[in-house]
Amino acid sequence: MAELTIKDVRKSFGAVEVLKGINLDVRTGEFIALVGPSGCGKSTLLAIIAGLEKASSGTISIGRRVVSNVAPKDRDIAMVFQSYALYPTMTVRENMMFGMEARGVPVELREAALKRVSSLLQIDQLLKRKPGQLSGGQRQRVAMGRALVRDPKLFLFDEPLSNLDAKLRVEMRAEIKKLHQQIGKTTVYVTHDQVEAMTLSSRIAVLNKGELQQFDEPQTIYDHPANMFVAGFMGSPAMNFLKGRLKGKGTTQQIVLAEGSADETTLKLSRGVAAVDGTGVIVGIRPEHFTQALPKAANIINAIVTLVEPTGSETHVAARFGATEVTAKFFPKQAPKLGEAVKLAVDMDRVCLFDAETETALA
Amino acid sequence: MADTLTLDQKEARSAARRHFSSRFLIYGLLGIFSLIYLLPLFVVFFNSFRSLPEIAQNGLIAFPKSFTLDAWIAAWGSYCVNGRCEGMAQNFWNSVYLTIPATLISTLLGALNGYILSKWRFKGSELIFTFMLFGVFMPGQIALMPWAYILGTTGLNKTIWGLVLVHVVQGISFTTLFCRNFYVNIPDDLIKAARIDGAGFWRIFYKIILPLSPPILIVTVIWQFTGIWNEFLYGVVLTTGKNQPVTAAIVAFASNGQNVREYDVMSAGVLIGALPPLLVYFFGGKYFVRGLTQGAIK
Repeated sequence: MAELTIKDVRKSFGAVEVLKGINLDVRTGEFIALVGPSGCGKSTLLAIIAGLEKASSGTISIGRRVVSNVAPKDRDIAMVFQSYALYPTMTVRENMMFGMEARGVPVELREAALKRVSSLLQIDQLLKRKPGQLSGGQRQRVAMGRALVRDPKLFLFDEPLSNLDAKLRVEMRAEIKKLHQQIGKTTVYVTHDQVEAMTLSSRIAVLNKGELQQFDEPQTIYDHPANMFVAGFMGSPAMNFLKGRLKGKGTTQQIVLAEGSADETTLKLSRGVAAVDGTGVIVGIRPEHFTQALPKAANIINAIVTLVEPTGSETHVAARFGATEVTAKFFPKQAPKLGEAVKLAVDMDRVCLFDAETETALA
Repeated sequence: MADTLTLDQKEARSAARRHFSSRFLIYGLLGIFSLIYLLPLFVVFFNSFRSLPEIAQNGLIAFPKSFTLDAWIAAWGSYCVNGRCEGMAQNFWNSVYLTIPATLISTLLGALNGYILSKWRFKGSELIFTFMLFGVFMPGQIALMPWAYILGTTGLNKTIWGLVLVHVVQGISFTTLFCRNFYVNIPDDLIKAARIDGAGFWRIFYKIILPLSPPILIVTVIWQFTGIWNEFLYGVVLTTGKNQPVTAAIVAFASNGQNVREYDVMSAGVLIGALPPLLVYFFGGKYFVRGLTQGAIK
């Protein structure tokens, strides 16, 4: 059953259309990440789901109820803000009680909810403090606690981790995931961080320029991006894009890179695509799909190493191939040295192919 | 080596000397200026405790050679103006009854206006704010005739409540400006979070906005209190005799048609009239400066 249905939602601020007809169905208990670069409309979409902004057209349904004209407080939602938005003059306890007080929840139930949530999030010992006396991570926890006490149908997170330092962010990310596994609430989570989206969500909705690019499970999005935007946005270091031309038909299809130059290279496709001979294509190769070529291996790119970046667990190597630079991942011990000529074997089973004109994936 | 100073030490000493002399200059100048500024107050203060014959003998500006509280007692309760020998006590209380409600009401309305104009913007709210700002720059005399007309037709003419109404309305543009500019810095996320939590317009106002407001409310209250207390024009035009505020009474003291200028009583009267704003600023001044310079709430 769909817990949240977004149907053809559009939003304009004056002449600027920031959402251009978004359709999404979120199933009960799902964890959905809305991801995209800044300005893609993801936060606006979340505000529309929350009722803080009004859509220019289209409908939002929560449960079976159309809520497009329902006030935020009556939508049965809770939201965690990027700034946490804790009420500065209230203690943690008062912050968490505020919503129930406003709704006139009986006192015994309030106390019970407070007890349940504060022990779940381990913030019992903070209840008497004010937000100003809390660390970033503690504030984050209290903000989630304030959302949890209400036991809503739908959880909304607006970039909740972006104000934390890198280490704490990873910790809190894991906690949010555990929390979701524990309570199983339907969640919509806005982030610009593709790693957060990959690690947390059951499905990812990638937005760009107000349009939904792809909505699918994280691994599918990673392995089979619908277009070059999704391919380039998801994954770090980013996917390599090489210009080429399709040659041949059926099972003998191949791609010629850097056609006519000294670096001309041919890659044999391991599966056929439905595009005609001579089509301009973009080959997308993730950095981990390069390997140092064994002698006699096929599908090899010859390149010169221009940059070596060790990260400890792996080493990122940038290398010049013709007029473009490609990035490959190596085990630290096998990494080539600066200036070295490398033969990079391409894992042809896992490359992505895009139409050079439409930038969409070729099936 | 032990006896001679190193170059570093010599430099440090001369730097300290330079620092000291520049400080001395700064504080010396500041002292002189504040003395000049305070001199009239000293003269008035001393004269209020001198006897009238002594003032006549030694001149207005002289160190006191006598001490008496007669002038204060007369100014408060028995000095005669236009044949009415009641001093200024009644006018002093008029000012109290006028200033306190006018200050509180205009401050509360300003806070409410500021809250709406910063957190519940609507179509045209910026325009309304701009129009309200005209009130800040408008000289009071312009509104004198309209007010006389309004108070006349509503029957509030010559009453304290009439003056309260005038000062509330005249003060709203200032109080709104202060509060609105303070509330603009309160993060909008707080309001959004409260709306999702189920709080409405009023609950957000008194549970979230007002508890954050003391810095600006103190500024507004002090500003309004001193402004309304010291106001003279409306007081003297819109009320008469027993109903006039203390500022009007002081002027009546000074322009009293008698042969002898009673400087002792006039001095005491001025000080009585100046005391409340002085006390307010004395106790609240620290918060006034802090509130004016305080930035956004984190």
